[in-house]
Amino acid sequence: MPAPQTTLKDASRLGGLPLTRWAAYPALTFSLLFFVAPFLVMFAVSFWQRLRGRLEATWTLANYEKFFSRDYLVDALINSIEVTLITTVISILIAYPLAYILAFKVPPRWQRIILLLTVLPFWTAYVVRSYSWLLVLSDNGIVNSTLITLGLIGEPIALAYTRGATVLGFVHFFTMLLTLTIYSNLIQIPPNYRHAAADLGASPLQAFLRITLPLSAPGVAVGAFLTFVITIGDYITPQILGGNTEVLIPQAIILQISRSANFPMASVMSITLMVVVTGCYLAFARHLKMDKL
Amino acid sequence: MSRWITSAPAAAYLIAALIFIYLPVLVLVLFSFQEGSLPVPPFDGPSLQWYEKLFANERLLDALWNSIVVAVLSGAASTLLGFLAAYGLSRHPGAFPGLARFLLIAPITVSYLIIGMGLLITFNVAGISKSLLAVGIGHVIINLPLAFAVIYSQMSERHKNIDAAAHDLGASDLQTMLYVSAPMMKASLLAAFCLSATLSWDEFIVAFLLSRFEVTLPVIIYEMLRAGLTPEVNAAGTLVFAISMVAVFAAAATLMFKKKEST
Repeated sequence: MPAPQTTLKDASRLGGLPLTRWAAYPALTFSLLFFVAPFLVMFAVSFWQRLRGRLEATWTLANYEKFFSRDYLVDALINSIEVTLITTVISILIAYPLAYILAFKVPPRWQRIILLLTVLPFWTAYVVRSYSWLLVLSDNGIVNSTLITLGLIGEPIALAYTRGATVLGFVHFFTMLLTLTIYSNLIQIPPNYRHAAADLGASPLQAFLRITLPLSAPGVAVGAFLTFVITIGDYITPQILGGNTEVLIPQAIILQISRSANFPMASVMSITLMVVVTGCYLAFARHLKMDKL
Repeated sequence: MSRWITSAPAAAYLIAALIFIYLPVLVLVLFSFQEGSLPVPPFDGPSLQWYEKLFANERLLDALWNSIVVAVLSGAASTLLGFLAAYGLSRHPGAFPGLARFLLIAPITVSYLIIGMGLLITFNVAGISKSLLAVGIGHVIINLPLAFAVIYSQMSERHKNIDAAAHDLGASDLQTMLYVSAPMMKASLLAAFCLSATLSWDEFIVAFLLSRFEVTLPVIIYEMLRAGLTPEVNAAGTLVFAISMVAVFAAAATLMFKKKEST
């Protein structure tokens, strides 16, 4: 986003006025109180212990040791990372051709309306969307009843309440997001680059692989990063679609809260989750040029 | 072939993708009009009985009202704080403009779950009980980055010059902001409000963690799910979906209208 610059002239006119000077403070205070402070409290609580039903400030690493020594907790983290990676890869594979078609195969005057149509359900009703997939995938849902009517299968296939269902729910959501970020990137690549490559003898495939694909990497990176962050922290999709066979880290965190009010362990797990996301951000940081979109 | 697309395989892919994207939505809406008690094929409607049942469900209507209140108030608060911050930082960046912007944008990179857990644990340690107000605070934290970014990106040098003109003509600081700057930013403010209100309306995990007796619509729909699949949940879902659509369209229309205005 362009940072408005204060010139010397209007700084002398506006800069000294109290209201403009203080206008940003309410929002900054709000962020400090309800975003920064809670994070610090959570960090502190991760070193506390729950003794005789009360939180005590014991300042110990015991919670962290416990987290990494319990297989089911570490498994939840590994499951989450696996599901997130699978989701991100499949979403990119579906979204890239879609964004490419929108950008290069659909005439400009139709692009906006079709793009809007493609991403519209992204903004709507998170819980409801997962529930809708349950309707599609359940034993007597649309997919199974269609396959049975067609005589392709005799018994319903278990589609709902599986890891596959969780991944499908996520992929549905992030295909829309990635299509948007990749499309915004693709339409900014000057067509002359491709024309130049063609003039110099590149085949359409070569031009795509060596010009378009590398130049669209920022759009893929930003979309993939957002997909990663949102997927790994999402509770509702695995909770509704995933069934009882495996637990992902957000579900494990909520279980700590709802079963035993174990705030210190929930804090440890939340912080571990945040470290994973931050690590991912740092790994991606070089490629994340948000302003290119 | 067709005029809206230049190749047949591309058309096929696009149509397949749109079916994938809209399939769950269509199934949801269709089976909310189911006659029988299971929202699965065959469709035996149309019937409005599940909507009738929905509007007789007191707990759900309470949740609907709570959701509207939280969405409107947290949307308004995010827009107001976002506008003031954008106004202040664009006119008077201060000593650390980058740090201030970072602080305002940062929550967008953190999972809602972690924002919700942080607030839950903090309120618990501070002895503050769960409430709709707590949910609203969480939603402002989630939406403030977006509201700020939308409004800040629309503030230009021209706006500042007009401010200066208003001052030269004797307007006070407050008058300038209320009668000159805010009306000029009307479209961005409305877009920021609609986006914030929509996100709050849909938000689940923060509302789930921070509310107790008074819950919002996504939370009650989640509770209803435990009873299994029923067309009543479809009806509730269709209602949530329809209201979100109206808000998203309002936001999109305002932004597009604004673009037309300025060119």
